[in-house]
Amino acid sequence: MKEGINMATKKIDARGLACPQPVVLASRAIREGVDALEVIVDNEVSKENLLRLAKKYNMRADVKEENQDIVIQIAK
Amino acid sequence: MGNIFASRTGIIIVGGAIGIMATLLQYLGNPPNMGICVACFERDIAGALGLHRAAIVQYIRPEIIGFVLGAFIISLFVGEHRPRGGSSPLIRFFLGIFAMVGALVFLGCPWRTLLRIAGGDLNAVVGLVGLAMGIFGGVLFLKNGYSLGRSQPQKPWSGYVFPAFMLGLFLLLLFGVTFSEGGPIFFSASGPGSMHAPLWISVAAGLIVGVIAQRSRFCTMGAFRDVMLIRDFHLISGVAALLAAAFAMNIMLGQFKLGFEGQPVAHTDHLWNFMGMSLAGLAFVLGGGCPGRQLFLSGEGDLDAGIFALGMIFGAAFSHNFAMASSPKGAAAFGPAGVVIGLVFCLVLGFVMREKSTA
Repeated sequence: MKEGINMATKKIDARGLACPQPVVLASRAIREGVDALEVIVDNEVSKENLLRLAKKYNMRADVKEENQDIVIQIAK
Repeated sequence: MGNIFASRTGIIIVGGAIGIMATLLQYLGNPPNMGICVACFERDIAGALGLHRAAIVQYIRPEIIGFVLGAFIISLFVGEHRPRGGSSPLIRFFLGIFAMVGALVFLGCPWRTLLRIAGGDLNAVVGLVGLAMGIFGGVLFLKNGYSLGRSQPQKPWSGYVFPAFMLGLFLLLLFGVTFSEGGPIFFSASGPGSMHAPLWISVAAGLIVGVIAQRSRFCTMGAFRDVMLIRDFHLISGVAALLAAAFAMNIMLGQFKLGFEGQPVAHTDHLWNFMGMSLAGLAFVLGGGCPGRQLFLSGEGDLDAGIFALGMIFGAAFSHNFAMASSPKGAAAFGPAGVVIGLVFCLVLGFVMREKSTA
């Protein structure tokens, strides 16, 4: 899983995208070797799905609510 | 996190509860192996409104109304009612139409596919394989960046329109209004449309399913999609629970009959059972949810899902008016043509609707 270099936090704006697209974007980034990413979503379903994704890859996940948006930071 | 239904245990409980309620609804009067079928029930609603004139499948199904209103009420209650829309509505309308064309060639939505299998109908196994095939095709498109684009937040009131429409249907059902002599609202005197559980039981079951499905995000198409796309077995455990619970209930209630021949509201044309559900599965992936999920999303303010659901109701009317919907005798004259046109539409969409780089 560590073939990629440790880039700065990759940001993904997934607001307005329906599930599973936020998860597809995040998992693609993880598979490309990104160690830390920040995904912005606007609904609970995407949040739950991203938290499950993080768990699957054994990564840490922090959730912040900013106004209407939910920011999920996922890192090794 | 405050949402027990979002857990693995939660989704299993929800799937099991749906399986039990669906088989009980059959026991109490709903058509065989059709305790809950979103496609069939939307078709019955289209018939009741006179959008098609297939006299045996006309009834305003209170389960559908309950699904939307249950999801609507609970989403308001937990603060998840969020009006949004504008992600390719017209495309979704046509996806809904073709999803229904496919489902009515097979004779059932994914929920009924499971209920038919749980009742021993082996034709539905063929349908399920077709469904999985269609979903697999959709997953390939998703992997290659398929997207109908972002939705935008909408004005608060727009989120009330679809639930209000359902409430209106409920009033029509309750008062049995007749609009002209020999005219709508139509209620079947015979056939599947005439078979239904007591109204208030159906409403209650629909509301309960609407609530728990909204909380758990239960989705049959999503279940297969997530397994194929991200090796996530969360939703599929709910689907398995539905199947297991319905099977156990059918055994107990004496509703189980194994075989291909003579199954209720089903036919044995394997090719078109397979192809019909392949089209439906593909259209569900491209539209972002199984027919049930589209209703729950409509309830919580997703206007695009509402458009998809309306597309399905329209699609049911087209299917019956243009001899595309199957009967127990087999595929109808124009069913195969409808499926082929639908597949072409979906495949073109899959290739052309792509987000370049969303990062």
